Amino acid sequence: MTHAPSLSATNPTPTSAGGFFRRFRSAPSEPDAAKRVQFNSPLLPYLFLAPQMAIIFIFFYWPSVQAIQSSFYLEDPFGFGSTFVGMANYTDVLKSGEYLSIARFTAVFTALVTFFSLAIGLLLAVKADGIIRGNATYKTLLIWVYAIAPPVAGLMGMMMFDQHIGPLVKVAAFFGWNMQVGLNYNDTAFAMIVVSVWKQIPYNFIFFLSGLQGIPVPVREAALMDCRSGLRRFWTVILPLLAPTAFFLLIINTTYALFDTFGVIDVMVKDKAANNPITLVYKVYMDGFRGNDLGGSSAQSVILMIIVFVLTIFQFRFIERRVHYN
Amino acid sequence: MHRTKIFDHFILLFGVFIMVGPLLVALMTSSHEAADIHRNGLQILPGGHFIDTYTTVLTREGGFTGKITGLRMMMNSLILGIGFAAGKIILSMLAAYALVYFRFRFATITFWMIFTTLLLPLEVRILPSYEVMNTLKLTNTYTGLIVPLLASATGTFYFRQFFKSIPDELLEAARIDGAGPFKFFIDVIVPLSRTMIAAIFIIMFVYGWNQYLWPTLMTTDESFFTLVRGIKQILLVWVGSNIPDYNEAFALAILAMVPPVMIVMIFQRWFIKGLTESDK
Repeated sequence: MTHAPSLSATNPTPTSAGGFFRRFRSAPSEPDAAKRVQFNSPLLPYLFLAPQMAIIFIFFYWPSVQAIQSSFYLEDPFGFGSTFVGMANYTDVLKSGEYLSIARFTAVFTALVTFFSLAIGLLLAVKADGIIRGNATYKTLLIWVYAIAPPVAGLMGMMMFDQHIGPLVKVAAFFGWNMQVGLNYNDTAFAMIVVSVWKQIPYNFIFFLSGLQGIPVPVREAALMDCRSGLRRFWTVILPLLAPTAFFLLIINTTYALFDTFGVIDVMVKDKAANNPITLVYKVYMDGFRGNDLGGSSAQSVILMIIVFVLTIFQFRFIERRVHYN
Repeated sequence: MHRTKIFDHFILLFGVFIMVGPLLVALMTSSHEAADIHRNGLQILPGGHFIDTYTTVLTREGGFTGKITGLRMMMNSLILGIGFAAGKIILSMLAAYALVYFRFRFATITFWMIFTTLLLPLEVRILPSYEVMNTLKLTNTYTGLIVPLLASATGTFYFRQFFKSIPDELLEAARIDGAGPFKFFIDVIVPLSRTMIAAIFIIMFVYGWNQYLWPTLMTTDESFFTLVRGIKQILLVWVGSNIPDYNEAFALAILAMVPPVMIVMIFQRWFIKGLTESDK
């Protein structure tokens, strides 16, 4: 086991998620390297950057430009060229009731998945931080679901919610709920949310726990002296100190719910998307690869890009202001 | 005080039950026969068919073309996981080295072009990405499977930040000793980054192994299927048949999760370090 001497130097703040913010926040102000001494070579830096830049150009910028371009065209279904249609693809998409209802479901789905996976992750982290004996064992047992791929998690969900053998269906039946995942829209949505939350809890748990363990002991002791009530201490001292971690996780979880749940959804709707809940990303995939609607799918891609941009900016401009950085 | 601790343990144990329970059930159920599962539901005790189920799943030639085995899918998953992790580390270390240790003209614009890739995940540009791969004739190749996934610059930012924390004196000393950029990189930067490389390798391996959407688009030839990509096919068979092969479906799911789970378990400390300090 080697310990590089400067490991801890990467992370001077107690909450390790801070690194992410510095990356984002410092980006506009200091794009230049901070080194006092640098090499002066006319060609070498370009040589070192060449592989990364080549891949970014071919697999990031080229497709992104293509998406924007083809969103203004109507592709001939038989491959005989395409016609410029202006904004028609966008207006078609935005006027479609189906698209709007998928957008609504995506919003609800994202909000619920983000909220519950953050809340449960935080609860478990606070409890694991509070106990001394068995801390490491709990940690090990609680994080391994992180390593499971979303579609595999979806498969596990299908098993737990299976009509014949699923134990959760039996539990629901006990409470008089005739759960029919895959047939009933709301039941399927419920199962999807449960599986997506389950898959994301370990990630939030890891970050909250490392944020909690980063709070200096003197601060904890002072808080303990000032405030005897555990719950109040949590709300007034611990939670504000965790705010940077929570804010970082809010962004990551939103992105997760919007994009990374694709595997869960794809496995759980089993190719019968028609009467099942799906998210916007799944719709892009369906229209592009099943429906062969290149223009419509591209327009949806561009709309998603705009949503991601707006969300990122919104989160940084408005939510971050209320977050205390120590 | 004592009572609250018991309550804390109760909540944690319930958490463990929820997180670990389904995995145990999947493992145990996979060792029973399909008809048995169909009749009696999921199992929480081991059955007697562990070895034959897993042997079947690993070696039987299945799929529509009949030329893909579980072993082959596992190998493809390994190639994707290791190739992705290694590629990511090499690319990002080189790029970050250039950004931190060199003074050059287009540094700012280069930085911003790399920075932008963090904002848009692959999922929002899947169709055009697929078109590009078609144009380049890279569908159903390992290159097409791995390389496009490298087009996000998270690793670069991670190493850039780490390099910036390395004391300037090291470079000054190295220059006094007459070390050039290559020598400094190999003899100072790489050894210093060892722990970081290990941590990031673990994260990236798990990330690569678990890819689903991109392999689904890129590989239609079954001999390129990864385990995670194959899950969908398993389910389609499951839906169609009279008594579904639950046992084999679970066995494949277990196979798909064992390597990444083991790596996360074994290298837990590095994994948590890499995760909390970098984010994929």
